[in-house]
Amino acid sequence: MDRLLFGDNQFFGVNHMSEEKARAQAMRFQSVDAVMSVLDSAYDCGVTTFMCTTHDRIAEVTQRMREQPERYADQVFYPCMPYAHKYANAMADAGVIGAIRQFLPDEGFFDAAMRGGKSLAKKDIEGVTTLLIDAEMKMFEGLKTPVIFLQNVVVDLLLGLGFVDAFRIFADHVKARYGAEPGFITMNLPKLLDALDKVGVDNPIVCANINKIGFRMCGGLDAYVDVLANRPFRPIAMSVYASGAIRPDEAIEWVTSLPNLEAIVFGASSRTNIESTVKLVASAWPLSVT
Amino acid sequence: MVKVGIIGLGKMGLSHYSIINAHEDVEVVGVCDSSGYVLDVLNKYTGVDTFSDFEKMLDVQGVEAAVISTPSKLHAPMVRACLERGIHVFCEKPFCLKPEDSAALADLARSKSLVTQVGYHNRFVGAFGEAKRLLDLGTLGRVTHVLAEAYGPVVLKPKGSTWRSKKDEGGGALYDYAAHPLDLLTWYFGRPESVSGTVLGHVFSSETEDEVYTTIDWGHGMSGQLSVSWSDESQRKMTTKITIWGTHGRINVDRQECQVYLRDDAAVPAGYEKGWNVHYTTGLTQEVDFYLRGEEYSAQLDAWIKRIEKVEVDGVGNFDDATVTDELLAAIARGGSGEVQHIVSGASVDVPPVPSGWWRRMKLRLKSRRSARTMRRA
Repeated sequence: MDRLLFGDNQFFGVNHMSEEKARAQAMRFQSVDAVMSVLDSAYDCGVTTFMCTTHDRIAEVTQRMREQPERYADQVFYPCMPYAHKYANAMADAGVIGAIRQFLPDEGFFDAAMRGGKSLAKKDIEGVTTLLIDAEMKMFEGLKTPVIFLQNVVVDLLLGLGFVDAFRIFADHVKARYGAEPGFITMNLPKLLDALDKVGVDNPIVCANINKIGFRMCGGLDAYVDVLANRPFRPIAMSVYASGAIRPDEAIEWVTSLPNLEAIVFGASSRTNIESTVKLVASAWPLSVT
Repeated sequence: MVKVGIIGLGKMGLSHYSIINAHEDVEVVGVCDSSGYVLDVLNKYTGVDTFSDFEKMLDVQGVEAAVISTPSKLHAPMVRACLERGIHVFCEKPFCLKPEDSAALADLARSKSLVTQVGYHNRFVGAFGEAKRLLDLGTLGRVTHVLAEAYGPVVLKPKGSTWRSKKDEGGGALYDYAAHPLDLLTWYFGRPESVSGTVLGHVFSSETEDEVYTTIDWGHGMSGQLSVSWSDESQRKMTTKITIWGTHGRINVDRQECQVYLRDDAAVPAGYEKGWNVHYTTGLTQEVDFYLRGEEYSAQLDAWIKRIEKVEVDGVGNFDDATVTDELLAAIARGGSGEVQHIVSGASVDVPPVPSGWWRRMKLRLKSRRSARTMRRA
């Protein structure tokens, strides 16, 4: 796994500090060209892993990259699924079951009817879950996806419900079908590690907020530092700047000093910002980047 | 440990269930929904006891506190059934479609010392709370005007298949969307005197309004305007924004940040200075023990559980508070013609009690069966 991963919040008008900044970003990245230009900068700085939501617009990015295999020879994707807002809106509109039906794939209808229909009737979530995963993965066909993540809103919903078998179903399917490592994004790291232990997902890749001020680190900063030191898992830090509340050099110095951290995911909207993050991290960690 | 029963497992119900189930002082003793499929899957994979009859769940599981997230028109009878059994209630917003029901239930809860709350989560957003703190300090001087806005992408084409598209079940942008900014207004400024110039506009829906615009009068030289649309695709998700003008300055507040402009004559609170001040959610948010989709959703349930443990009837967003918001909502609903609608306190209205005993149980059971097909909760 690369030590620096490129995130995608900036492309979709997600900004935890300001609605105005979020809107400005949505305007700026309305064209795929603008998104590609930033991704190209990241790629050229040696940040070749793109950790991205399965948002419809990512399909345009993956299409562009498929068209230029030589330009993007080292490009790796870490898909994060699902893009939750489309499910949330569909649930308000059509109910829980209606929403699931809405997102079952159109293609391979018979397969869908068999796997999905049977499992809907049997109240067995395995078939439906794997179908939804396959539907989300379609946009990455032919591209490298060595790690596939389940998004935090789903991970933490299931975690709260105690619906932990779903983690094993997800892990088994992405391993078997895509030869990928399962990854889990969470805001409740210590609690999730216990649940993954319980269902036998060993040494899991887990991405969580890890920052100096403890922003959105449920269970507390001390508990996070403790599991980083003492639990067998492969941690990825996100939100290391706590949405801009911590100075970049201070944030990076702190996070790179943590034990066992494998990678940092960060977002940036310009080449300058990408370069400065790469430089900061490279001063603490050996990076194989240009 | 507080023994909690969950009634309604739609979008909000599942979210509340997940959050409260992770709470260390709570034991979820049963869940209830009209969808047998959802119940069977939950029972199979989590082992939770499931019910299709909420009263049976209340009676046999020893429920001490209930979370109700059902279609809005079911709130009043279900809340009453809980309160009559001495059960504390957290009810999704809006509280009741008839303010006389709201007032009667608030009185009933108070008379039995039951701890109640309505799911107005914005009251637990750090930035909105900071604006409330500044208003209570009088930082803005005399407030003259407030603009409350909410926009989002809910109804973007002419269709709709759930209770949300049905007016008499509490669907529509007024009760679903405008309720949020209106509740912030009643929290900040109390009960207004009247509303006028109301427009309940249709964009795509035939039965319900998609837009709500109205002028609100608090009667002491303070006015407000509400501008709400749930048919605005330019928004990624619901955004709620309040702008407040006073003699000493101005506040712009949304979920992410609280921007405050203070004039030279303002009494400047600690941490503020004259001119513009910006406080971000990162600095204003209290950490929660379990995070699902915003600290406020966890914080509101945690506040309710903590109040139950201390038997604290008064608290942010309790039935008394939500009744005032319901009175304002009802006045706007009546005011579709644009004429002035006065807002009266529902507490003085006598409501005939719901019949008790066998007949009441039959009626409630019939009612819940009738709505079973449409019961997909927020």
